Amino acid sequence: MQTTKADGDRDSAGDTRRGFLAKVAALACGGLATVAPLAAGVWAFLDPLRRKGAAATFLPVTELTAVPDDGVPRQFAVVSERIDAWTGFPREPIGAVYLRREKGSQQVEALSATCPHAGCFVELEADGRCFRCPCHNSTFTRDGGIVQPSPSPRVMDALECQVSESGAVSVKWQNFYTGIADKVARE
Amino acid sequence: MRSPFRGRPGPLRKLGDFLDDRTGWRGLVHEALYERVPGGARWRYVWGSTLVFAFMTQVITGLFLWASYSASAQTAWESVWYIQHEMAGGWLLRGIHHFMAQAMVILLALHLLQVVIDGAYKAPREVNFWLGLVLMMLVLGMALTGYLLPWDQKGYWATRVATNLAGLVPLVGPQLQQLVVGGPDYGHHTLTRFFALHAGFLPATLVLFLVVHLALFRKHGLHAKQPVTRPDGMFWPDQLLKDTVAMLAVMAVVLGVILVPAVRAMLAGGPVVAGELGAELGAPADPSQPYAAARPEWYFLFLFQFLKVFEGWGATGEFLGAIVVPGVIMLVMFLMPIVGRWRLGHRFNVAFTLGLLAGVAALTGLALDEDYYAVWADKQRLAEAARLYDETGGDEAKVLASVGDKAKARAVAGQFHAVEKLRRSEAFLAAVSTARADAERAAELAGRPERIPPAGALDLVRRDPLAQGPRLFAQHCGSCHAHVDPARPDAAAILAKSSAANLHGFGTAAWMRGLLDPEQVAGPAYFGNTAHREGDMVGFVQGDLQDKDTWKQADIEAVIAVMAAESGLGDAATPAQTIARGRELVAATDRCGGCHRFGDNGTDLGTACDLTGWGGREWLVGIIRDPTHERFYGTSNDRMPSFGKAAESAAPLLTAEQIGLIADWLRGAWYRPATLAGE
Ligand code: FES
Repeated sequence: MQTTKADGDRDSAGDTRRGFLAKVAALACGGLATVAPLAAGVWAFLDPLRRKGAAATFLPVTELTAVPDDGVPRQFAVVSERIDAWTGFPREPIGAVYLRREKGSQQVEALSATCPHAGCFVELEADGRCFRCPCHNSTFTRDGGIVQPSPSPRVMDALECQVSESGAVSVKWQNFYTGIADKVARE
Repeated sequence: MRSPFRGRPGPLRKLGDFLDDRTGWRGLVHEALYERVPGGARWRYVWGSTLVFAFMTQVITGLFLWASYSASAQTAWESVWYIQHEMAGGWLLRGIHHFMAQAMVILLALHLLQVVIDGAYKAPREVNFWLGLVLMMLVLGMALTGYLLPWDQKGYWATRVATNLAGLVPLVGPQLQQLVVGGPDYGHHTLTRFFALHAGFLPATLVLFLVVHLALFRKHGLHAKQPVTRPDGMFWPDQLLKDTVAMLAVMAVVLGVILVPAVRAMLAGGPVVAGELGAELGAPADPSQPYAAARPEWYFLFLFQFLKVFEGWGATGEFLGAIVVPGVIMLVMFLMPIVGRWRLGHRFNVAFTLGLLAGVAALTGLALDEDYYAVWADKQRLAEAARLYDETGGDEAKVLASVGDKAKARAVAGQFHAVEKLRRSEAFLAAVSTARADAERAAELAGRPERIPPAGALDLVRRDPLAQGPRLFAQHCGSCHAHVDPARPDAAAILAKSSAANLHGFGTAAWMRGLLDPEQVAGPAYFGNTAHREGDMVGFVQGDLQDKDTWKQADIEAVIAVMAAESGLGDAATPAQTIARGRELVAATDRCGGCHRFGDNGTDLGTACDLTGWGGREWLVGIIRDPTHERFYGTSNDRMPSFGKAAESAAPLLTAEQIGLIADWLRGAWYRPATLAGE
C-alpha cells in the first residue's frame, strides 16, 4: 500500500479498487464471523414457537354430589399432571373452574375462571349471585352472561363438561384468547 | 466523504445526512476507522481485535443462554440439560459459548506475548498495559465462575477446590470463602452469586476497563513493531481486513471443534445426536458421590499441577502454591513497564513471559502425562514390574526374594515408580469413563416422557437402579459376589477371586441352567467358593438330576422355564404346558419340593429356600434384607449379612430403598428409552 496520507478519500484509481475489495472482504469476514453466534442465539430463542401446549382433554374435577342443585356456582380446582420445560410435576392444581347445577338437573355447567377481557381470575361475589373481575370490574351473571357496560368483549367462557354414570364430573380444560369478541381456543 | 450513491441524493443518503446533522455520526465513524497504522497493517496486531470479537461473541451467546438458564441447585443442571438436549440450536449456542471461552484464554496469551515482545507496554503505554492485566484477570474470573453454572459434577468439584483455596487468603480467607460460596455450604446461593459474578459484575467491570483500554489505545496509537521499515497503512480497511480474517478463523475453529464429531459420525454412517455435540454436561452435582475425575478446565491445569509440587506441605504449601507464587508472578507482570525502561529490563520481561508460558505449558504437559499415562505407556515393558508390584506391594526385600538376582531386582524396583503412575492413570481414566457413563445416564433419565421430578435430576439419578446398583453392589456385595457376564474373556479370572455366586443374570433361564449343570454348580460361579460347596443342592444336581429316567431333559428345561417365569424374567413365549409341567415338578415332594417350598406344596420352610416368586423383586429384596430368614438360608446361611435388619443399636447396613435399587439392578429393571429401531 503506497498511501501515507491520513485521508483515504484521495487514493489513486488502482488503490481505490484494491481498497474497495479490501473493504468488501473485511465486511464479509466480520459479518460471517458475527452471524454464527447471533444465528445460534436467535435459533434457540425461537424455540418456544415450536412448543405446543397440552392438548385439551377432559380432566376429572369432582363428584356430582359436590355440586348442589341450587343454581349457585362453586369454585373447584382442576388437578392434572403438568410438564414445565424440564420439570414433570405430579398431579397438582393447575387452574380453577366454576361449576353450577340447576334445580333437579343432572347436567353441570362449567365456566372458566379466566376473564375474557385480559385474563384475570374472575371472582364469585360473596352472595353467589354474580361474578366480578377484580382487574377492571367486568361483571357477569351467575350463568356467565355479561352485565353491561363491561370491558369484557364476551360472556364468560363455558367449558365442555361431562357427568359420568357414576357421577364423576370432568371438564374439558382449555384456554381461550382474551380481548376479542369470539371465543377462540388456544392451541 | 464520498458517497457510493451518485447523482441526486437517495433516501438513504438523506437519512444519513439528517442523522449526521444531529449526531455527527460520520465524523465518529471516520475517526474510528481512519486511524494510521505506522509501518502498515500486520498480522501480529490482530490479537486485540480478536479478543474484542471473542468477548462480543460471549456477550451475545451469553445473553441468549441467560434467556433459558435457571440458577438454583434444583434447576441449574436441569435447565442446561434442557438447553443442550431439548431446545433447537441450544447445543450450538452452548457449544460456541463454551469453546469461545477457551479460545479467549489462548488469545489472551497471544495478545500478552505480542505486547511484551514488541515492547508495547513501555512508556507512555504503561497504564494501558496494567489495564490489560486487569482485563486478563477478569476474563479468567469469568471462566472460573462460568465453569460452575451447569452444576454438574466436574464444575461442582472444581469449584469446591477453587473456593477452598480462596479460604487460604490470609486474615479474611474464611470470610471470603463464605461470601463467595454464599453461605457455609454450597447450594442455591453459590449459584446465584456465581451467576451474578459471571454475567453481571465481572462483564460490567470488564466493559468499563475495556472502554478505557481501547480509548487509551487510540490515544497513544498503535505501537508499531520496531524498526518501522514499511510505509504507514490505514486501520480501515488494511488492518481491519486482517483483523476480521483472524476473527473468522477463530470462529471457524470454534465451530470446527463443535461440528467435527458430527461430520466424523456422519462419515462413519452413524447417527448424529445434536444434544451430544458441543460442550459436555456431566452428571448432576452430587456431594455424596466421590468424583475421582475432578479436574479444572485445561487452562487451569498448570495451577492444579503446580499445587502438587507443594504436596506434603499441608495448608502452607497450598497457600504458597495457590496464592503466593501466582501473586508474585502477577506482581512481576505489573512491574514490567517499570523494569522495561532499561534495555536489560525489557529482555528480562520477554524472557520472563516466555519462561512463564513455557512453564505453564510444561506443567500442563506434566498434568496430562500423569492423567493419560496409561494411554501411551509401554505396558508390555512394565508388565513384569507391574506383576511383581502387585505381588509384593512394592517391598524391595520381597522383590529380591522373588527375582533372586540383585541387579534384576533393582531394575524392577526402578520401574515401580512408572507402575504406580500407570495405576493412578488407569484409575483416573476409569473414573473419567464412569463419569461419562453417569452423565449419559442422567441425560437419558431426564429425557423420559415424565421429565425431571420437581426435586431435581439428582433425585432421579439417586433412584435409578442402573446408576446406583453397580455402586451399591460393589460396596456391599462385591467383596464376595461377582457380577460378570460369563461370556467375557476375563470372566474366569474374576470368578476365581469371588467367594460367592455370580449374580450376573440372576433370575434368568441362563442362570438357572448353569445352576442345574453338574459341571457348574460346584464351580466358582455358583456354590464352589461357599459353605454349600458340598451341600444338598450340589449333591442333588450332580446326583439325582443325572438320572435320566426320572429327569428327562425336557423336565429340566421345564423347571428352568418355570423358575425364570417365577422371577418375572422368563420368556413370555414359553408354552403353557411347559410351565404347567414345570410347576408340577418344582412343587412335587419327590422332586424339588422335597426340600423347597413352592406355592402351597406344604413343604416346611427352613430346609431350603422358598422357590415361590424366586428371583422376583420381592424375593430378592427379602433375601438381601435377611438371608437368615427361614424363607431363605435360615440357620445354614453362609456369610451373607442381613443388610436390612437393624442390629441391636445400629441402623441396618442398607435402607429399604437401597436394597430395592440393588434388586432392581440385578433384575435389569431400569428405565430404557424407547428406540426408533424398536430394539
Ligand atoms: S381482566 Fe377482567 S375485567 Fe379486565
